[in-house]
Amino acid sequence: MESLTILLEVFNSSLRLATPLLLACLAGLFSERAGIFDIGLEGKMLAAAFFSAAIAAVTGSVWIGLLAGIGASLALAGIHGLASITFRGDQLISGVAINFLAAGLTVLIAQSWFQQGGRTPSLGDGARFGPLGSQIFIYVALMTVPASWWVLFRTRFGLRLRAVGENPAAVDTAGVNVVRLRFAAVAICGVLCGIAGAYLSTALQAGFVKDMTAGRGFIALAALIFAKWRPWHALGACFLFGFLQAISLRPDLIEAVIGFKVQVQLLDALPYILTVVILAGFVGSAIPPRAGGAPYVKER
Amino acid sequence: MTQAPALELKGISKSFGPVQANKDISISVQPGTVHGIIGENGAGKSTLMSILYGFYKADAGEIFISGQKTQIPDSQAAISAGIGMVFQHFKLVENFTVLENVVLGAEDGAMLRPSLAKARKLLTKLADEYELNVDPDAKIEDLGVGMQQRVEILKALYRQADILILDEPTGVLTPAEADHLFRILENLRAEGKTIILITHKLREIMEITDTVSVMRRGEMTATVKTSDTSPEELAELMVGRKVLLRVDKKPAEPGVPVLEIANLTMVDSDGVTRVKGIDLNVRAGEVVGIAGVAGNGQSELLEVLGGYATATGTIRLNGEELDLTGKHSDGQSRRNKGIAHVPEDRQREGLIMDFSAWENTAFGYHHDPKYQRNALFMDNAAIKKDTQEKMDRFDVRPPDPNLAAKNFSGGNQQKIVLAREIERNPELLLIGQPTRGVDIGAIEFIHQQIVALRDQGKAILLVSVELEEILALSDRIAVMFDGQIMGERMPADTDEKELGLLMAGVTEGAA
Amino acid sequence: MEKMPKWADVVLVPIISLLLAAILSAIVIAAIGESPWAALKLMVEGSLGSTYGWGYTLYYATNFMFTGLAVAVAFHARMFNIGGEGQAALGGLGVALVCMFIPFPHWSIALLVAAIAAGLFGAVWAAIPAYLQARRGSHIVITTIMFNFIASALLNFLLIGALKPKGSMEPATGKFPETTHLPTLHDILGVIGIPFSKAAPVNVSFIIAILACVVVWALIWKTRLGLEIRSYGESEPGAKYAGISPFKIIMISMFISGGLAGMMAINNVMGEAERLVLNSVEGAGFIGIAVALMGRSHPFGVFLAAILFGFLYQGGAELALWTSIPRELIIVIQALVILFTGALDNMVRTPLEAVFLSLRKKGA
Repeated sequence: MESLTILLEVFNSSLRLATPLLLACLAGLFSERAGIFDIGLEGKMLAAAFFSAAIAAVTGSVWIGLLAGIGASLALAGIHGLASITFRGDQLISGVAINFLAAGLTVLIAQSWFQQGGRTPSLGDGARFGPLGSQIFIYVALMTVPASWWVLFRTRFGLRLRAVGENPAAVDTAGVNVVRLRFAAVAICGVLCGIAGAYLSTALQAGFVKDMTAGRGFIALAALIFAKWRPWHALGACFLFGFLQAISLRPDLIEAVIGFKVQVQLLDALPYILTVVILAGFVGSAIPPRAGGAPYVKER
Repeated sequence: MTQAPALELKGISKSFGPVQANKDISISVQPGTVHGIIGENGAGKSTLMSILYGFYKADAGEIFISGQKTQIPDSQAAISAGIGMVFQHFKLVENFTVLENVVLGAEDGAMLRPSLAKARKLLTKLADEYELNVDPDAKIEDLGVGMQQRVEILKALYRQADILILDEPTGVLTPAEADHLFRILENLRAEGKTIILITHKLREIMEITDTVSVMRRGEMTATVKTSDTSPEELAELMVGRKVLLRVDKKPAEPGVPVLEIANLTMVDSDGVTRVKGIDLNVRAGEVVGIAGVAGNGQSELLEVLGGYATATGTIRLNGEELDLTGKHSDGQSRRNKGIAHVPEDRQREGLIMDFSAWENTAFGYHHDPKYQRNALFMDNAAIKKDTQEKMDRFDVRPPDPNLAAKNFSGGNQQKIVLAREIERNPELLLIGQPTRGVDIGAIEFIHQQIVALRDQGKAILLVSVELEEILALSDRIAVMFDGQIMGERMPADTDEKELGLLMAGVTEGAA
Repeated sequence: MEKMPKWADVVLVPIISLLLAAILSAIVIAAIGESPWAALKLMVEGSLGSTYGWGYTLYYATNFMFTGLAVAVAFHARMFNIGGEGQAALGGLGVALVCMFIPFPHWSIALLVAAIAAGLFGAVWAAIPAYLQARRGSHIVITTIMFNFIASALLNFLLIGALKPKGSMEPATGKFPETTHLPTLHDILGVIGIPFSKAAPVNVSFIIAILACVVVWALIWKTRLGLEIRSYGESEPGAKYAGISPFKIIMISMFISGGLAGMMAINNVMGEAERLVLNSVEGAGFIGIAVALMGRSHPFGVFLAAILFGFLYQGGAELALWTSIPRELIIVIQALVILFTGALDNMVRTPLEAVFLSLRKKGA
């Protein structure tokens, strides 16, 4: 009976920790399926986490906070789109820049607004999501999985989006605007990252602290590769990585279950190690969308 | 004239920086006809078609479709105007099905399923009408090039194109596939569609077109009825003067075999067998030309000989067996053994376009002792000096070793490669498409250099898709088809017709 | 025909990008209620106004030269090594191990051995992703990111466990022995009678970093290997044609790249902290990206950009001390530099090319 309670507890905690990963992972899925690599998930989440907490703290409304978070994430997505679609720059470098931009700006603005060493004030009741609100986030994240699948594989928009990630020339010669399509994908990515970030600072925790994403954007990226760019697999990968985070918080449990102590650091590193193993093709090969990372230049 | 032309261009001009790709082009094509546009590489055919399909905006000129003046700012506009384009390099999503590719961009509403169902029905109908059978559920990557091309045509027809433009459609097709394509085109013409066929192959023009326009250096030099002209006349119009390639050379005096290939088989990284057990010799003081349609294993043969693809079988150079799979099967080892290689694609392989001419001269021969200052460093001054001398001897313009390769014209780029390879005094020279994208003046120079090397008693293996070039340069001709050598001929004993049959895979026995 | 002269490409484009980054940074400073002009003055005074300031500026610059060169070498082979952070962390481990467990008679020998160990540890950490890229096609950007996290977990594990002195609560090694302490610039300049701040951490590693710039310059532009690396970076089919093995180039260039990043540890771990602490790299591996982009992957450019970032870093620290502007301002500036010189390169370049083209037309 007691072990069942513990199991449920771990399951719940895994789900809570998997939620931001899942949202960010699906965000990356839309972007990368459209051929825009995005290693800036981390930065977008961080910016959203800050702005949702900050605006919620200032206005007292968590909903306005959520919108602000999504807006901040969208703004960074816009920069990424501008750099990688409009100006045909390097998508990876742009992603790196966005991560730093968010890491720096959030602390800078937090300090300027709240003078609390780069954090927001602790959010009171109206300014954050209670247990019920947090539940809603989890359901939203879970619902996003079938929704993403449906959009990608059952709609005209999805067909075009997948096509533009594989061969933008085919989309262009079929009379569809490549630039608009890719911007749409990047915008979806921005919105989902925004929700993920807002969840971190207004639901999972009550306020923003410096660098609070703590590499979640990269774990989401790892999950995306692990899932081989497929929505349902993303759910599995994110739940696995959420589970790893959950049990690394309970080292006593692991010891009780498997009989010896497992280093927390190993659990922390496991998502990354697993991703390297997947990338190395030891567990089936992970083939990214073919046109990923390359700007589209018209040629005859 | 009762009917408005299906397509009419008036005074189309287009420049890229200082280069005028299209100069005051005007044509008029009647509905229900096949109109050919013929010209050499770089004559401006593709630019013109890109303008028609909304990829480029013309600097000047007007486009009329069925008598209506039409603006074509993008591909969407071209499609709505009833233009369908089959590009030389297909624009298909490889891991989508045929059906998905056809529907892409021309869907019926936001949901996919109804669109796919509708397309499936129409596809069946089109397949019956025009001999365009393709499995709608097959993935593109599983289809051969001929099938992929049909998908491209289906895409255009699905979008209700009335004018179908095909850019070099037979370049990658086997003769049987090409014949099938022409049957399809005839069916389409019979249905009243207008077809524009862009090609540099005279045979195709004569076979299927009703009218033909000739382009040269960005200009439309003539438009004639096909029945009123001859291949000879068209050839003359294409190159601008009466040159059927002739190279002054004395008869070859072949010596001992330098290159001996036996039972050579090459499988590429996709697992496709590209070279199928060929035997071939090249003797000292002889040019052996390999004729064939592009994609029949010639490129792969050169790659194996040049040391950047592995193979099975044996290759001997002056009696010594070459390593085909192991540690010494690389380009450096081949160079050390005296094999020089002018690759088919100089911009991709032969040169590093952003490197200066002198760096490109050292490229591949950077281990040469005379280019080293000491054990650690290269002697860049010595390389520059050597490059300067080579540039003078080969009349490279401008003769500036510090200029980046991308800033030279095609002919001068080729001369830089040629100077690097020929001046190595190799035992064997591999040379692929020596004059592709090269202007007439440079062609003659390059051909003279090849013959001069032969006269020094060197062995030369020439690969070219230009039959004329093969006939003019070779002392012996081998024809490749589908990875095999279909036969060897002496130039004096054969002609384009016989070689053409061999290139199509037709041997005496079968024919 | 060139669209614009080479000097414009090499000098003008980075300078305009830098100016754009500076203008945006000024706007950010103004937006948080401080005066950009006063901030700049404070930064210049704090980092260049005294030998103490210079001492810190050059100390930071030393780190950035190593990591900048690391990214630059990989760029020449058209590989994006984001793993400098982890490689430098592993370099720190190498330094710590030799300094703790080998009794050195003199700092010079210690420096030599520590530099080799640091380089080797960093190189091996880069070689694994390189091997996976070369043989299994695993995207090196992703694997090096993953290796940063794995390195961080590994050091965390070691510094909480095996390497921590008994009884200590802090996740760090003990102090390295006296004989491994490196002479600072104060000591070196003191020999020839030039006074220099005693408190500043810049040390003999700065000279090694300058040497590394020269060596990398010679390697890239004067040797066969350099030509091979650049050839592969420009065109893989071209390299294959010329008999240059892609596998070899990927492995060697990443090995050198990781080695350079790892060698940073002789400065921060051996020269400054004199022990290995958690998160000793402090983002220098990432700044290397900005430095390499800014310096156009040329060692001299990297040298200049590293000093610029050294100045920003020290100036930023001064700002944080005397104003309400936190140190993170530097991260914002770094982000803007990466954005403008890396990702938005065409935004600067295209209009500039148009200007030069029209100038030429007028001239002709």
